[in-house]
Amino acid sequence: MQIYLPIAEMSVNIFVLLGLGGGVGVLSGIFGVGGGFLMTPLLIFMGIPSAVAVATEANQIVASSVSGVLAHWRRGNVDLKMGSVLLVGGVLGSSFGVWLFTFLRELGQIDLVIKLSYVIFLSIIGFLMLIESIKAMRKSKNAVKAKAHHHTWMHGLPFKMRFRKSRLYISALLPLMIGFFVGLLAAIMGVGGGFVMVPAMIYLLGMPTAVVVGTSLFQIIFVTANVTVLQSVNNQTVDVVLAMLLMIGGVIGAQIGAKLGALMKGEQLRGLLALIVLGVCAKLSYDLMITPDDLYSLGGAAEH
Amino acid sequence: MMAWRTLSIICLLALSIASTRGARAAEITVDLSDPVVQITAGFAGTDLSVYGVAPGAGDVVVVVRGPISSEIVRKKDKVMGVWVNSEEITLEDVPAFYVMASNRSLDEFLPGGIADIHQIGLENIKFNPAKGSAQIKDWDHFRHALLRNKQRQGLYKWDPEPLIFLGNRMFRTKIHFPANVSVGTFGIEVYLVRKGKLAAFHTTLLNVRKFGIEASVYNFSNRHSFAYGVLAVIIACFAGWAANAAFRKA
Repeated sequence: MQIYLPIAEMSVNIFVLLGLGGGVGVLSGIFGVGGGFLMTPLLIFMGIPSAVAVATEANQIVASSVSGVLAHWRRGNVDLKMGSVLLVGGVLGSSFGVWLFTFLRELGQIDLVIKLSYVIFLSIIGFLMLIESIKAMRKSKNAVKAKAHHHTWMHGLPFKMRFRKSRLYISALLPLMIGFFVGLLAAIMGVGGGFVMVPAMIYLLGMPTAVVVGTSLFQIIFVTANVTVLQSVNNQTVDVVLAMLLMIGGVIGAQIGAKLGALMKGEQLRGLLALIVLGVCAKLSYDLMITPDDLYSLGGAAEH
Repeated sequence: MMAWRTLSIICLLALSIASTRGARAAEITVDLSDPVVQITAGFAGTDLSVYGVAPGAGDVVVVVRGPISSEIVRKKDKVMGVWVNSEEITLEDVPAFYVMASNRSLDEFLPGGIADIHQIGLENIKFNPAKGSAQIKDWDHFRHALLRNKQRQGLYKWDPEPLIFLGNRMFRTKIHFPANVSVGTFGIEVYLVRKGKLAAFHTTLLNVRKFGIEASVYNFSNRHSFAYGVLAVIIACFAGWAANAAFRKA
């Protein structure tokens, strides 16, 4: 059954979209990842214009983050103060990101920048995950070394704040900068940015792992909501029909995935996810490098 | 966009008035199987039948022309192993859609002069580079690239579709509108060519527009883009909350 997407201005099979949302949802449920970094490239492979894919995916992530954060909220795993500082940085970063996005779109370079960003981040994440899962499969059961609390330049920064829930006394500039950078990624790539935010919170800020995911999801809601509104205003590229279909598949898939994840052993699956990520990355790189069928392309109607 | 659409309608009307006055022969009558092409939720392209009566002898060409706008054409170059958009040109007066139909091959009956004046045939569409966009000398490559890309998208067709006479000079043809067709006012031009001269001409306007929920979403996103964005966020928040609530009980 075909459905016409009013903003993407194309006709797609409704079951393909539901399946795509469900499939990525299952993966995100199993691994506890957002899934935006897989969904956006897959939408682009389907022929959805990259600008529409990025903006619409930001809208879908609002839904999956709200759904995810509620569970963490009930368990008290959200550091509101830290989340607020991160989201101030995130809102600034994503606003700058949407401005940059609009600018690059007018230059005709947005497709390239989106794809290159994906190639860079997917290759880094894919390799890190692959190495980790290979190590785990070799049963190097060395427990994660307790991180020594080093004093680095970061601790010399001004504007120190106390974050009770995270048991930290650090400069507010640090989470602000991290929030800004992740917000920028969210705007350009149509991701929540959890894959950067979570390691940054653990290794750079030194937050306790219990509150990391909840706090990350909390700030992602606001950052992706900001991206959705700004993309609507600047580029009119948010397709709610597409977003709703992806949400339906995504939320159901995520619940199934979460149940499956609890039953399965992680290492092999993590390795599999790494291979999927690297596969998507390879396809994107290949498309950028092979000589296109037509060197010329249409950039749409010029604005007057 | 609106300005261009209005302008193209005025041009088409002016053209049709001028031509019908010039044509001494009896007028051509045209009817469409549907006065509007409606893009609804299930739209996956559609066929439109064009019927008409062309009095007297002669051959008939039907040209379906989409709304005029400008279009950016970009050329890629290889930079450090990656294909990057480099040169670009803005072409003006580009019809969004261009499909013809005729009862026999155009070169058998259509003089070059008529084809040229009325822009019949893809090679006769007069694109012009926009001001400030004309520094590129070999812009003809860009013109051909535009034609090629539009054909690949199914929006332009090089060869005419078949047009058949049913008897009593009544003719019929079928035009396909693909799913990616753009909205606006289309002109359906019918030319009757007799002995190398234009014997009669007729234009009918066709509206292609989004309909129902598709139209509401599209218009809302264009006219009230801030409210649209906020609503999209509210829907997402609600969907997330509903999903959480539903699965918590289960």
